[in-house]
Parts: sequence; C-alpha cells; structure tokens
Amino acid sequence: MPELSFLQAINQALLQEMQADDTVFVIGQDVGEFGGAFKATEGLYKAFGRRRVIDAPMCEYSFSGLANGAALMGLRPVVEFQFADFISTAFDPIVQFAATEHYRQGHPVPVVFRAPCGGGAHGGPFHSQSPEAWFVHTAGLKVVMPSNPYDAKGLLIAAIRDPNPIIFLEPKYLYRRQKAEVPKEIYTVPIGPASITRTGDDLSVICFGAMVPEAIQASESLQHEGISCEIIDIRTLSPLDSSSILASVQKTGRALVVHEARRTAGVGAEICSIISELAFESLDAPVMRHTAPDTPVPYSPPLESAYRPDSTSIAMAARKLAAY
Amino acid sequence: MNTLSSQQQLQLLYWMKLTRAVDDRTEDLYKQGKIPGVIFSQRGHEAIAVGASYALEPEDVLAPMHRDLGAYLLRGMTPGTIFAQAMARIGGPSRGRDTNTHGLGDLSLGIIGYISHLPQSMPVTLGAAFSFKYRGEARVALTFTGDGASSEGAFSESLNLAAVLNLPAVFILENNRYAYSTPTHHQYATRNLVQRAEAFGMPGYTVDGNNVLDVWQVTAEAVDRARSGGGPSLIEAHTMRMRGHAIHDPANYVPKQLLEEWETLDPIKITTDTLRNQGVLDHTTEADIALKVKTEVDAGLKWADSSPLPNPDTLTAGIYA
Repeated sequence: MPELSFLQAINQALLQEMQADDTVFVIGQDVGEFGGAFKATEGLYKAFGRRRVIDAPMCEYSFSGLANGAALMGLRPVVEFQFADFISTAFDPIVQFAATEHYRQGHPVPVVFRAPCGGGAHGGPFHSQSPEAWFVHTAGLKVVMPSNPYDAKGLLIAAIRDPNPIIFLEPKYLYRRQKAEVPKEIYTVPIGPASITRTGDDLSVICFGAMVPEAIQASESLQHEGISCEIIDIRTLSPLDSSSILASVQKTGRALVVHEARRTAGVGAEICSIISELAFESLDAPVMRHTAPDTPVPYSPPLESAYRPDSTSIAMAARKLAAY
Repeated sequence: MNTLSSQQQLQLLYWMKLTRAVDDRTEDLYKQGKIPGVIFSQRGHEAIAVGASYALEPEDVLAPMHRDLGAYLLRGMTPGTIFAQAMARIGGPSRGRDTNTHGLGDLSLGIIGYISHLPQSMPVTLGAAFSFKYRGEARVALTFTGDGASSEGAFSESLNLAAVLNLPAVFILENNRYAYSTPTHHQYATRNLVQRAEAFGMPGYTVDGNNVLDVWQVTAEAVDRARSGGGPSLIEAHTMRMRGHAIHDPANYVPKQLLEEWETLDPIKITTDTLRNQGVLDHTTEADIALKVKTEVDAGLKWADSSPLPNPDTLTAGIYA
C-alpha cells in the first residue's frame, strides 16, 4: 500500500471524489493553477479546469454563501479557507444559514468547509487557531478533525458525500510531518464514531487532531513507567461519540481530555461534563483537562511551545492523573 | 422593448391586490393575538415584489426578503401557507420554526427562504446562479435586498463576485428610504446606490418602485441579459416604507408629510388609475378581482386555522439532513 502524507491524502480524496462525482467543485483563494496555499488542491485545476476549480476573489463570506446556494441546488461544493483563522470572516453564512437551513426549511446544504487549523508552525495569532468550539456550539453543523492520513482521506470523502454542512479542520502541523499507508481506491471513514487508537487500562486520553500523535508518543514513554493509556481519537467533534468515550472511562476510571484549543468553554469542557454526568460512579479521580491557556496563539517559539500541549506536557498531566 | 398584454397587466394588479389583502389580514391576525411573533408590513413594496418576479420563468429561482410577499404569492405559495407560517402552525414551510416572512422558502416553487441577516440572500443567490452556469442551464437567479443592507460588506462582496464570475443573477435593491429608523442620508454618502453597479462592472438601472410596469420592464431586460450569458445587473427601485420596521414600531421618526406625499403614489392606486384610464379595467373586472382576492384570502385563513401547532416532541427533528 502506498504511503501518503496527510496533505497528499487530502489531495487524493478531492481528486478521486471529483472524478467520481461531477457535482463536486472546489472554490477558494488561490486553489486553481497555484494549487492552494498549502498545495492541497494541486493538480485539480489541470484535471478539471476552471469550471470546477474556482479561484475566488478575497471574499470568504460571499464564496461561502455561494457554496450554500449551490448546495441548495444540488451541487457538492468544497470550500477551502487558507487558514482556519479566516473562517471568522465567513461566520454568518456558516452558522446562520448553512447550519439552520435544514432545520428551518427542510433543505439540505451539503457543503464541506475545509480549513487548515492549529499551531506549532509559528504562524502567530492569525494563522494558528483551533476554532472548533465556535462550530461545535452551533446546532446543525458537523465538525470533523482527522489526526492521520488514512482518516483524512476517508473522512473527507465521507464529508463530501454527507448531506449536511461540515467544518473539516485539518491540523496543518500534520500536513507533511507524517506518512502512513493509504489505500489507492476510494473509501470512507464514517463521520461520527471515535477511534480507539491505543488500548490501555489505567487512564483514558481523549484527544483529537494534532494532539493524537502527541498523546501516542506520551503513552509510549508512560508505558515504560508502568502507566497504560487508552487513547481515544474522537475524529468527529460534533456530533460527539459519547458512548465510545464513556465505555473507555468506565473501563479505566480515569479521564484526561487534551486539546490544542483554548481551555475555557472548549470542546474538552463538554467532554468533561458528559463524563461527569454519565460515568461518575466509574471515576477514581477527577476528570482532568490539558489544553492551551486562554490566550491568543503567540508567535515566538518559546511562547508558542508554552502555549501548545505536546507529548511531554501530556505525559506530565497523565502522571498526575494516574497518581491521584 | 418588452410589452405586456392587457390581460397580463390585470394579472399584475391582481397579485398586488392579493399581496395587500394578505398583508392586511395578517395585521388583523396579529391584533387578534393569533400571531405569537412579529410581522413586517408590505405596504409600499407590492409593485417591486410583483413586477420583478413576474419577469421570471418558472424554472428560475428567486430569494425574496421580508417585504416581498408578492413574490411568494406569484410563485405559487398560497395565502394559507403564508398565514400558517405567521401563526406558527405546521402548515407553514418552516413547520413552526421560523417567523412570518422569514424562512418562507420552498425550493419546489423556486423560492429560497428569506435569511434575516441581510444581504445574505445575495451570495446564496449567486450559488443558485453558479449552479445554473455549472450545468449549462439557461436559468436565472434573482434576489431582493435593501438600502440598509447596502452598507454591509457582503453587499459589495456579492456584486463583485457575481461580476467576476459573470453569473446569471439579478439584484433588486429596494430603496425604501429607511433602515429601521435610519434614513438613507445616514446610510450612504452618495446620491444613490445604483452607481455601485458601475463600480463593480455591471449594468445598473434606476426605477420607480411604485410603478409595477416599469419594475417589470427593467427586470425583464436584466433577466434577458443574465439568461443570454451577459452577466449580472443591479436594479435600484425607489419606494417608501409606509409603516414601521415591524408592527411594534410606530415609526414616529418618519415625517408625516413624507408619508402623505407617498400615499398619493400608492402602487395599487396608480396601477388601478392607469388601467381604468386605458379602459383595461372596468367595473366588472374590478369586482371580479376583488371577489377572487377575498375568496383566496378567506380560504387561506380557514386552511391555516385548521393547521395544528407543532408537537413539542418534534423540537430536535431535522437538525441534520
């Protein structure tokens, strides 16, 4: 099986799904001949031309709104944001229209809003954010964040085929840092179910996106210390797979929730609540969060390292939880 | 130059009168306490909504705003459906989830429901227009927006994007002189809004929004251009909002004299006068129209009243498709 990077897996998913379905088109800034800011759409313009690969002017609001309208009329738009930070300029079409149209009117809006998210690449406050909580809080959207090339391809194809609007967040830190086996053929990874990345007995690490490889690395060093971690990669942040999370915590009795986004009212807070409400009697320790602090994402490497959880800090948090 | 037959002109009058009658009856329902939310008067906007949507073909799509009741009716939405929506009954297109003229969409009639955040219907309309071009269909998408919405960034973005992609879209800007309480001289510093068309590279038209034939005429030209691949157009239709922003608003900020002047230009009155003078509208025809309007409205009201309120058990149904 060929090995692909996360970015190549995204690119292949787009190419193959566009070959398979003429209603799929891509719109965004610089996505055409240039191939996108991160090269996720490289080769698509050559394969499909300007009819289906549309270089938009700099107007995220309007081209997201255009995608909504095209989706209403039966097309399958894939919108690319150059950075997830820029989604705020298109907040209105996403949370007011795309998210509510089916509930209000019964009309499906199958748009995929793709966006490179997260830090670790010294992008500073405007190119490093993890905005998933904005959208998880909005009813009617699905929010997906893969952590590896295999899931990236399968989840993106599933997202394009899903009849709902989907915020598809791609941790750009992972774009070129890992390679993994990815089947050549088209396949889907279902939107919804979490994945048990590692099984373990002592504590559950519930994480997603770029924090998954960090948690795996942490669990390997913890293994030598006799602490066995179960790693749950939630993959779909909305709707959340509560039952997989609860089943793991009921087994281990300890839960550490990790994310790269800020702490207050982050997705982790919701996961902690679910565990506290529904698995209280299984807990041997308080549910713990390990997240970024409530600050903007800083640029300078020492500041960004202090901001962003990594394998070392996850291991420290896990030791504290295991010792409780 | 496009022209309309006498029969077609009478149809325009009928749709405007039906709009007015549904609007008036909606206000009655509100006063009777049968509408739990807010309602938006249509008075002054009848000619724009009816004239513009009359220029479309059945396969075209339009996205009205909250003062375009005439467009919904003309596209085939029944008065009963419209009353049911305002009365929060399941017979409305939103099944009790959205208010009055908001969310009154029905794609089977080619209507994209009004999105409260003006001018968000503009980019959504672009998407419909884009889909027509994408599939090589000779269809047109038309949307309505207002003078207040012209100040939003999305207004400019949408005109630019429509022009750059050369989409088969028509934008109707209903300039009714007030955005809630804000008069147009606090909204923009230019003499008019139609000049924005030139700024973005598309034809712009100014039209008397109280003259239904003029509105139809100019829209038909813009629709023809869009359908034949000539790209988008902006039409600024001038009128006056004859009531408050919504029913709760007495609009004391509007000078009385201004309303009195515009009252003489009432779109239904001037069309009626014109058609009478031309001998197109006689007493019998006028009585026929009045009877047809009353019958439609009465039947609609009866139907809406028989439509139940939604079951609370359905609260979370349909969040996802």
